[in-house]
Amino acid sequence: MKKLKSSLTNMLVVLTVITIVAAGVLASVNAVTAPQIEKINAENLAAGIKAVMGSDDITVSEPVHVGDYTVYDISDNQGNQLGKAVVTTENGFGGPLKVLVGFNTNGDILGYTVLEHQETPGLGAKAGEWFQKDGKGNIIGMNPGKNNFTVSKDGGEVDAITASTITSRAFLRAIHNAYTKVIAGGDVVSGATQQASAVDGESGATQQASAVDGESGATQQASAADMGTPEVIE
Amino acid sequence: MNNFKVLVNGIIKENPTFVLLLGMCPTLGTTSSAINGMSMGLATMCVLILSNLIIASIKKLIPDAVRIPSYIVVIASLVTVLQMVIKAYAPDIDKSLGLFIPLIVVNCIILGRAEAFAAKNGPVASIFDGIGIGLGFTIALTCLGAVRELLGTGAIFGVTLWGENYGMLMFVLAPGAFLALGYLIVLFNKITKKA
Amino acid sequence: MDYVLNLILIIIVAIFVNNVVLAQFLGICPFLGVSKKVDTASGMGMAVTAVLVVATIVTYLIQVYVLNAFGLEYLQTIAFILVIAALVQMIEIILKKTMPALYQALGVFLPLITTNCCILGVAILVIQKDYDLLEGVVYALSTGIGFLLAMVLFAGLREQLDLADVPKAFRGVPIALVTAGLLAMAFMGFSGVDGGLKILFGL
Repeated sequence: MKKLKSSLTNMLVVLTVITIVAAGVLASVNAVTAPQIEKINAENLAAGIKAVMGSDDITVSEPVHVGDYTVYDISDNQGNQLGKAVVTTENGFGGPLKVLVGFNTNGDILGYTVLEHQETPGLGAKAGEWFQKDGKGNIIGMNPGKNNFTVSKDGGEVDAITASTITSRAFLRAIHNAYTKVIAGGDVVSGATQQASAVDGESGATQQASAVDGESGATQQASAADMGTPEVIE
Repeated sequence: MNNFKVLVNGIIKENPTFVLLLGMCPTLGTTSSAINGMSMGLATMCVLILSNLIIASIKKLIPDAVRIPSYIVVIASLVTVLQMVIKAYAPDIDKSLGLFIPLIVVNCIILGRAEAFAAKNGPVASIFDGIGIGLGFTIALTCLGAVRELLGTGAIFGVTLWGENYGMLMFVLAPGAFLALGYLIVLFNKITKKA
Repeated sequence: MDYVLNLILIIIVAIFVNNVVLAQFLGICPFLGVSKKVDTASGMGMAVTAVLVVATIVTYLIQVYVLNAFGLEYLQTIAFILVIAALVQMIEIILKKTMPALYQALGVFLPLITTNCCILGVAILVIQKDYDLLEGVVYALSTGIGFLLAMVLFAGLREQLDLADVPKAFRGVPIALVTAGLLAMAFMGFSGVDGGLKILFGL
């Protein structure tokens, strides 16, 4: 067979046919993979929620959006309120850092998982393990309202990831924000009774306020450190 | 040239990374660990084999003047298919390679081989060329990833050897990519007795 | 006001902190290929900047008004690369007809730009980062300037390297890569600046 000549008709016909075939193939592959991608995302979320709540027998509510946060009310299969799982995002070192964090009804952290990140491999990317129960910067069981929820460099109680202070600060801020906006803010009604008692009690409130003050102080401090200290690699 | 020679040619004499210096963006961008480098190499190899096969089969139907756009459409469709398949069945790879999967389209290796080999040879030889060049690329990326991971974090393929406390973090970060590749090319030149 | 500060932040981050070549590894081929002389390097840098801005505008409009509107997001890669290829051709023809002087300076680089991954990369990143059109254009422009900056700095270093006595095995590409590594190290000094600025700007 001879090679087709570069006449205008030939060129148009060939290009059109190739493009149509390509679009057809893509459309059919998309039809197969799109539901699978959705299924995987849903499964990941469900598995993530189970992991951060530390329990397999849970019922997850429809998501509620509070500001920038996506909130899932979690109860056990008897209908008892267990707490909330919150999706929270903060700017990390390389880009958005998206974390799913589970709180019990007191606001204590039950668990977390990093959903999306663009942190440096080998450094900030370790956030997925570092802050877990057996990690070096364990935050499980802490309460952002009661504990000083900043890195030790800023006077807080959490050990930052080695050489990744910015990622660690962003990570803690993400969870702290989720706590102040969703859990302590009481925007969502359920689980409010127990929490209310903690907030109503004068001591609880002061503690919380001081913690918040401490945080803003820490941010200022952070800004100085970000620009000034040379040993901060990340 | 028989098919075996075509294969070896792609791995050593025309190694896309160490000799032809093509496809540098994914080479540097995705090799922060051995496994990432290998995934990228294999993904590129899949696209390369298929694009070589398709282009070698349909080359007679394509008028010369619209050759490049036609090749680009073929390559872009293959890459998109790959992207969707990876997203659906290997989401972890999608997370670690990110932007570099759609960018396989503009990897000069693929268009280069389409133009330099597949447009002149039969489908079977083109498949072998795709495997050879693809393997050459994969091996290079895996080596580079392994070196960076080992020097940077003290581990290789995720298996800790001497621990990250003794690693030079620089090698996982951007500058390390350039440095490691530079030294690997020197090594490759030494071994193949070019210098 | 916040919006303007945000734009300034985008500019600084794209040029220095996340430099397209030295931190994101996009557009490495021209970075290594046409950086032997400062003139050619700056010509390439300017050509890339121009195409980046035009391509980002066109691909953004296509994404919003065609792909999103008809639910064809999965055609993104193929649509973008075709648009970029066609656009580069068009720019080449228009330049040739209307601005022969500029064409003389940039013309030879234009065909190479189609396969420069930083164009497609930026077009996709603008969509991924959810920028609006103005932010996208500013981002593309500053990415181009970052590319130009890296090209010119690197070409200057390589011109000096020609005079140096380099070990035989390192001559050519290897020493260029080592130099690029050192340049990337210098740019790492900017990391974290965005975080500080963000607090400074109160964003």
